[in-house]
Amino acid sequence: MDEIAIQFAVERLLARYVACIDDDRLEEWPAFFADPCRYQIISSENYGRKLPIGVFVATSQGMLKDRVAALREANIYEAQRYRHLVSSTLILENARGVVRAQSNYQVIRIMHDGATALFSTGRYLDRINFDGSAPVFGEKLVIFDSRRIDTLLAIPL
Amino acid sequence: MSNGLDLAWPNEGVTRVPYQLYTRDDVYAEERARIFMGATWNYLCLEAEIAKPGDWRATFVGDVPVIVARDLDGSLSAFENRCAHRGALICHKQSGNAARLSCVYHGWTYDLKGNLTAVTFQRGINGKGGMPADFKLADHKRRGLRIATIAGLIFGTFSEATPPLEKFLGPEIVARLRRVLPAGKTIELLGYNSQILPSNWKLYAENVKDPYHASLLHLFFATFRLNRLSAEGGIIIDDAGANHVSYSKAATDRVSADYDKADLRVKSDRFRLNDPSLIQGRDEFGDGITLQILALFPCFISQQIQNSLCVRQLVPRGLTETELLWTYYGFADDDAELRELRLKQANLVGPGGYISMEDGAVGGFVQRGITGADRDTEVIEMGGREWRSQETRATESPLRGFWKTYREHMQL
Repeated sequence: MDEIAIQFAVERLLARYVACIDDDRLEEWPAFFADPCRYQIISSENYGRKLPIGVFVATSQGMLKDRVAALREANIYEAQRYRHLVSSTLILENARGVVRAQSNYQVIRIMHDGATALFSTGRYLDRINFDGSAPVFGEKLVIFDSRRIDTLLAIPL
Repeated sequence: MSNGLDLAWPNEGVTRVPYQLYTRDDVYAEERARIFMGATWNYLCLEAEIAKPGDWRATFVGDVPVIVARDLDGSLSAFENRCAHRGALICHKQSGNAARLSCVYHGWTYDLKGNLTAVTFQRGINGKGGMPADFKLADHKRRGLRIATIAGLIFGTFSEATPPLEKFLGPEIVARLRRVLPAGKTIELLGYNSQILPSNWKLYAENVKDPYHASLLHLFFATFRLNRLSAEGGIIIDDAGANHVSYSKAATDRVSADYDKADLRVKSDRFRLNDPSLIQGRDEFGDGITLQILALFPCFISQQIQNSLCVRQLVPRGLTETELLWTYYGFADDDAELRELRLKQANLVGPGGYISMEDGAVGGFVQRGITGADRDTEVIEMGGREWRSQETRATESPLRGFWKTYREHMQL
């Protein structure tokens, strides 16, 4: 694929990814990932200092499905939804069917009572496999800017 | 009232807690003076975070800014993070390494024990200006904290009246703290998280002291039988009532009819993990205990949940906002498999944790719920009206111990 086609394909994948979360179609979310995979939400502080623990990590599609099941059936949190804004996608590397890309994200959280606030900003560092029938995330790091998380993080970023 | 607060404690004692304690600014200010700056030991940081001479870290005692530092001679000190001159933070960053600390405002300089060592232009410029001739650097040493360490944790206290740390903790609590921070093991820092709780600090402190809620609010736990109240476990409370440990052994869980009657929101047979590697823990301390929550009055928590090891520090950020700081650790001799368990099991705790995310919200539910309840009180009678160690976790005994200690410090 040429540069423009790769840029388009990555941005379209990201658009589909955030629409899935924002539309509350979380049951479809694990299929955006390879299996095994690596998905991690981690602060820029920990990431920068090479401290390995973040807020959530998954190494398989099964762990992603478990996250969704827990949110649906076990965990208690006030009804809320996200609005993701993704921009400034940079293709960092494109070799042998694997693309590394970085994008900025912003997530606005809308609570059930209407309270709306900027919940998280940061960047996605993605490794996307283009060698199958559809592109999937082999690795997705969600590196959030501020160490502070308001109240709780339930829904994935 | 000897404390100056216009607040009468209910006659029932520690089984009734006035909601005003969570809504009054004057109570918050008194807590700072009487509890955080009073006769309590407050967690400052891990020794491992300031391992090298010259390392320093900004931290808090209650909401009071404090610097804790390892001097060039290797000794530990802690003192107010507040310049003698105009009150600015001496250190506005979170950590660093230096021989001296300088306030950015006018450059007044301190050593790592909090002594004022230099005032910029003390003698003026070209013979003009400068400090009065009788100004003495030695008069402006920063107010220091007494320091004590145990099992790689650094504690500080502003008060001369605070008993020695191990006496403050009590022997059983000390033993349980050393259990998750064994002598001879080198602590390795694995990460931080910060969670902003929309509630007064005491609502989280109480949450940790409340074993009754654990398997009722946190259904992830109950569903996977990690911590049902029917598992073998118990509560240890120190003699003073201030500190406690709650522990359980998942492998001892038995089917209990009381559980089926409790009408929990999720039935365990409906819910199975696709990837059970998350909860395949290792008995690393060799005693079968899969959960240990240890809370020290007022704001320190040590947590073992399977192989997830963590210390938590509670920092009040105002009457109705509290920052919960999570510091995750492992040991230098962890093998790759154990380290991977710690990383995965961190999913159970923290701001997005399967069994802790609810705690971030539930204090806020109380804070919102008690609006207009100034004449009302909490009812804390599960497990009796006493505060003492018990071989059950269907109790609020540690909570009553918290309030007993709170009343003593606040003279309420």
